[in-house]
Amino acid sequence: MAGRAQIRTNNSALIAMIADEDTVTGFLLAGVGNVDIRRKANYLIVDSKTTVKAIEDAFKEFTSREDIAVVLISQYIANMIRFLVDSYNKPVPAILEIPSKDHPYDPAHDSVLSRVRYLFSAESVASGRR
Amino acid sequence: MSGQSQRLNVVPTVTMLGVMKARLVGATRGHALLKKKSDALTVQFRQILKKIISTKESMGDVMRNSSFALTEAKYVAGDNIKHVVLESVKSASLRVRSRQDNVAGVKLPRFEHFTDHSAGDAKSDLTGLARGGQQVQSCRTAYVKAIEVLVELASLQTSFLTLDEAIKTTNRRVNALENVVKPRLENTITYIKGELDELEREDFFRLKKIQGYKKREIERREQDAKKYADNIPLKTGISMNSAHNLIFVGAEKDDDIIF
Repeated sequence: MAGRAQIRTNNSALIAMIADEDTVTGFLLAGVGNVDIRRKANYLIVDSKTTVKAIEDAFKEFTSREDIAVVLISQYIANMIRFLVDSYNKPVPAILEIPSKDHPYDPAHDSVLSRVRYLFSAESVASGRR
Repeated sequence: MSGQSQRLNVVPTVTMLGVMKARLVGATRGHALLKKKSDALTVQFRQILKKIISTKESMGDVMRNSSFALTEAKYVAGDNIKHVVLESVKSASLRVRSRQDNVAGVKLPRFEHFTDHSAGDAKSDLTGLARGGQQVQSCRTAYVKAIEVLVELASLQTSFLTLDEAIKTTNRRVNALENVVKPRLENTITYIKGELDELEREDFFRLKKIQGYKKREIERREQDAKKYADNIPLKTGISMNSAHNLIFVGAEKDDDIIF
């Protein structure tokens, strides 16, 4: 519909990552990492010393950058900034919660699925399926 | 918000009645069309939801595989691998292209990943690792596959959210038409019809009253004339009948009577 946020047609957009060291290493190996001229990276390695504020800032920065189309975030990190993730409602970039080595995927906490729960309480994954 | 549906403030004329009727027809048709659109969007929505659920499950598996591959590579190639990889990051060779799909009238975003080979130099740095080059390779392929699944999932998720918005807006419009616009128009039409009927009744009433006046005028004049005619025989000795005839027939301009 005209007037609503237009989705940019981008020909080469990046994938951002906020995850623990191992996951990020793996993805960098695959070739997703990008460090531009201003030394800004499209990934943030989160370890035990990273503050919640730093994670918040990185999240806000990634979501406001024009050239990032997808943001991968580990679920346990997403839980730390749950309120930010839940209140985010722009279509692009897409926020994807991925499991990490120590924390297997938990659908009950996924922000997208929990939004759907109220619609399909009978069939929703988030409500603990058959 | 008005509890009862109001009516529009219009001049109650016949033209306005036609205009209101046309608007009501338009509103009804628009309501039916929007309902159809909402149904089509809901069907798409449910399909996407199913796909998202299944893709999320497979993503969990794929990520686990890639983690294993990475652990193997670390075990074989030593812990330095992390540093080597981190150092060698320059420009992303795996990127994402976004474009718009038109589904049932709604523009949905779709992502697809592609490899930008111009920036692919980083790969060659690593394959020369002293140990475990093969593990590193397999790890890399595992993660590339993971990226594919993730990009598709991202695509589904954004379409999902956009569809959700679109469905909410369309439903809002359907409800607005059904509960506000149509009752308002119907009330306005009823009001105009009522006013027109009342005007007609007033006219009719006025007409009847005037007819009544006219009839009474005529009767009174007849009465007066009769009284006059009754008086003539007393003055001039003509019989009542002929006096009557004089007046009434004479009133008809009968040329045979010559005075």
